[in-house]
Amino acid sequence: MAVHDKLTLPVSRRHFLIGASLTGAGLVIGLQPSPSSAAAEAFEPNAFIRIPADGKVVFVMPSVEMGQGIYTSVAMLLAEELEVSLDQVELEHAPADPTRYANPLLGDQITGGSIAIRAVYEPMRKAGAAARIMLVNAAARGWGVGPETCSAEAGHVVHAASGRRAAYGSLIQAAAAEAVPQEMPLKPASSFKLIGHSVRRLDSPEKVNGTAKFGIDARPEGVSYAAIAICPHFGGKLRAVEDGPARAVKGVKQVVRIEDAVAVVADNTGAARKGLAALAIEWEPGPNGTLSLLDLEKRAEEAIGGNALTHINEGDVAKAATEHGPALEFVYRLPILTHSAMEPMNCTLHVRSDGCDVWVGTQVMGRAREAVADVTGLPLEKVVVHNHLLGGGFGRRLDVDGIILAAKIANQVDGPVKVTWSREEDIRHDCYRYLNYSKVTATLGADGMPVSWRHRVIGPAVMARWLPAFTRDGIDLDIMAGAETPYAIPNKYTDFVRHEAPEGMLTGNWRGVGATRNLPAIEGGIDELAHAAGVDPLEYRRRLLQHKPRLLAALDLAAEKAGWATALPAGKGRGIALSEDFGSFAAMISEVSVGEDGSLKTERIICAVDCGQVINPDTVEAQIQSGIIYGLSAALYGRITVQNGAVVEGNFDDSPVLRINETPKIEVHIVPSSEAPGGIGEVGTPGVAPSLLNAIFVATGKRLRSLPIDHNELRRA
Amino acid sequence: MIKRIFAIPLVAVLAATGIVAGMGSLQSNAETSDGGALKSVSDFEAIADTSARSKAIFEEASRVMTHPRCINCHPATRSPTQGEDMHPHVPLMNASESSLGPAGLVCSTCHGAENRPVVGSRMKSIPGNSHWSLAPASMAWQGLTVGEICRQVKDTSRNGNRSLADLIRHMGEDHLVGWAWHPGEGRSAPPGSQETFAALIDAWVSTGAECPD
Amino acid sequence: MTYDLLVNGKKYVVDVDGDIPLLWVLRDTIGLTGTKFGCGIAMCGACTVQVDGVPVRSCVVPVAEAAAKPITTIEAIGETAEGARVQKAWLDIDVVQCGYCQSGQIMSATAFLAANPSPTDEDIDAVMAGNICRCGTYPRIRAAIKLAAAGR
Repeated sequence: MAVHDKLTLPVSRRHFLIGASLTGAGLVIGLQPSPSSAAAEAFEPNAFIRIPADGKVVFVMPSVEMGQGIYTSVAMLLAEELEVSLDQVELEHAPADPTRYANPLLGDQITGGSIAIRAVYEPMRKAGAAARIMLVNAAARGWGVGPETCSAEAGHVVHAASGRRAAYGSLIQAAAAEAVPQEMPLKPASSFKLIGHSVRRLDSPEKVNGTAKFGIDARPEGVSYAAIAICPHFGGKLRAVEDGPARAVKGVKQVVRIEDAVAVVADNTGAARKGLAALAIEWEPGPNGTLSLLDLEKRAEEAIGGNALTHINEGDVAKAATEHGPALEFVYRLPILTHSAMEPMNCTLHVRSDGCDVWVGTQVMGRAREAVADVTGLPLEKVVVHNHLLGGGFGRRLDVDGIILAAKIANQVDGPVKVTWSREEDIRHDCYRYLNYSKVTATLGADGMPVSWRHRVIGPAVMARWLPAFTRDGIDLDIMAGAETPYAIPNKYTDFVRHEAPEGMLTGNWRGVGATRNLPAIEGGIDELAHAAGVDPLEYRRRLLQHKPRLLAALDLAAEKAGWATALPAGKGRGIALSEDFGSFAAMISEVSVGEDGSLKTERIICAVDCGQVINPDTVEAQIQSGIIYGLSAALYGRITVQNGAVVEGNFDDSPVLRINETPKIEVHIVPSSEAPGGIGEVGTPGVAPSLLNAIFVATGKRLRSLPIDHNELRRA
Repeated sequence: MIKRIFAIPLVAVLAATGIVAGMGSLQSNAETSDGGALKSVSDFEAIADTSARSKAIFEEASRVMTHPRCINCHPATRSPTQGEDMHPHVPLMNASESSLGPAGLVCSTCHGAENRPVVGSRMKSIPGNSHWSLAPASMAWQGLTVGEICRQVKDTSRNGNRSLADLIRHMGEDHLVGWAWHPGEGRSAPPGSQETFAALIDAWVSTGAECPD
Repeated sequence: MTYDLLVNGKKYVVDVDGDIPLLWVLRDTIGLTGTKFGCGIAMCGACTVQVDGVPVRSCVVPVAEAAAKPITTIEAIGETAEGARVQKAWLDIDVVQCGYCQSGQIMSATAFLAANPSPTDEDIDAVMAGNICRCGTYPRIRAAIKLAAAGR
């Protein structure tokens, strides 16, 4: 996740070596674990390239495509060293097989945390290089020339001296017999033909003509369609259901009951939904049946003073605080958020006595297979997961709750069945970004600069269940991401109060993960300190970032592009937020205007980003735009409320998201860098809310510390 | 009579949606929904003064006209409001020159010739009528007092060049006006019926079509 | 009851209740899955198709209403001049991300461009406000529509 690069991983990439084999399909080259390295088995990326005798070169994608552009970027890495052009390439989803397709930095077949490129930047190029070396060696041997006299270009081996050329497809038998290279020198950046140059996404054509297949589009032969009602009360159960009228609906085949849900199976989803609406369902509300959001907020409020686990302790905060008081103290409060991916949750399964096929779009291929094996009782190897494009992930598809639910239903259905959630179910049964509070206490020195920074984070330990390796002594390392700030403050202390949602309410990862939780308090907080000190917030940050050249450079670039030095009229303001996460450095400046009536307009958002070596600049721009708009939706509207232990909101009418007419001008500026690539999919999101809060303060003099932004508090009249 | 003002503060971001509006301080027009049954013409016989009777009758009829089912599509701007709380329509709709929405997002993109039931949602139906459209700009009622609405309704330069007789016919027979009393599941109807409403308009006209102050 | 549907120039006879939304008949009964389900209440635009050339939210259009009228879906919109231009602009600008909403975006944009050959940002926003994209491709949608308009 946010700082997964800080994970101590059991295996380094050095443990991989390249192996090759000739399969019926052609030459398969991938990174395989050393037989001597038992530990490497958990991180076995393998079989990324398939070269048939004729036709296109197939690249098998270890990460899933949910909009972030990873298919195109990984293909660029492979193609760069394999020396094929992208129009010679065809992409294939990897099957569920963590032994071959695990993300080396996560140790599982997971797409999330903006970590794919960081994990595969070198392995993918090596996979391409190894394949190219073997093809070149094979051609040279056939021609009786030295391989060093040959080169590769556009899917051919070329012997320039004699003018001979051989297409890769003609060399596959010979190449398979070649020794696997032990050394795979990689191109210097100066020789890149693809990396660093904008290329068009490889998945665009099928996405503009309706042929792209998402999980929800799976239609295996004989499929039935199910609509589902899940107990609206967290932790509640199904008590009784009267299904006579539902069964009478034309096309309805079956009503399936499981412990906490009912599904109607029909010959089309419309009939299933109609049947579902005709059910009379009685729910057992369970232990949370009376809970309201007020209760949850009260509990979170109480947790601020709860037992805290020390995360970082640098210097002596207590001493500094007594020497330099009085302390400034503020609490930032973040709401419950949904993911609301455009493709509602869905999963298609065909459970048979001898096996099971699963058609789904998921960020966790390996876990999806395990979950279905668990529910069906089938051996793991009998469960085949067919991955699809994802109609948005944002962290929602990092959980397999929907797959488990669908499997329980499919267990009771003959033949394949597609379970499609309504938007209402999707919003009311999310893996929510739960209430997240931050209490910051800081003291300033005589010069106005911070001497101590104390940050207490109150929220759930998602990693405890989701990725226990990313916890330490009971501390969720993701939720603490960056809590200590990037700023040079001599005394820092951060701690964590674990505060979970009520039983039965699933909480999970949300785009931007830990950084989105902490940045409002950090960047809002540092802004508060700057204003308290009477120092320009840009200048204040600059003074505290002299040890952070990359962040500083991003800040300076953003400030220049935003015209920070030029004054704005009354009622307008600019606000800064910096983030250092996912291996990338971003500076965001939002510009807002606030009317007397409290109406807020986001005029423009400028983001300067240093994400190291850029693979596809166009994707970097798109992802920053995307992250910003996702963050803006949340900052303006994101808020789930709870009544009777159930989520109140249900669709885009009462749980609105940003639309095009509310979208500000967004400028993305890339800081050129030859450092190792950083992540980009989540980098744009965390800075939005704090930069807006800071801009609003300048525009109105009002310091908001709760999200979403409440327009009523902005009224000046 | 109390002068009723139907003010819709322009909430925050232009397209403030249901939830935002809900959280905001929209002034509700509770009088229109809490005023009990629509009085009939005979209920006004006790008012001896014809002019006063005419005004009172219009006041009563205005309970229909200012009901959300009617006034949501007589907005102050060229964008409709929706719901009982009259929040800005989601998505943001512009009437465009046709009053039918711009090509690509016309009213009929979502609204059919009849109400369309939907399942599985808090919203029970999408309202619809074959003449679904926004009232012309000249017939903007939101933000006006009842008296101002009355004068607008009578003004042929602003009422679609309708004579008083046309008005009676329009209020009594127009299919879209009539829709208000059949708004689809999940929506309240204005008081009374189209017939009683039309009878009030008729009586208002025959008493001189006087407007409240 | 059976209904005759004319989808992308092809006739289909479907046997479903008349109140079943067109969306599900297209996706499940006929198998044209390019049209997407997003909200079910005409709030997001993912299910947009054109009936008689008018963009409609197929998740709320009863199949009975659409019967016998020409229906165009994303699978065939490229056969119209505007549709082809819009699709090409979408590729040139590289609008898509996850792509799920893009069928609906393109169906709306196509109907829009056919009527407004030189739209401003405000014109674009007024129409495309009906289509939600969670990936936030809005800036590029604006750019692509302008490009498509310019390429007339």
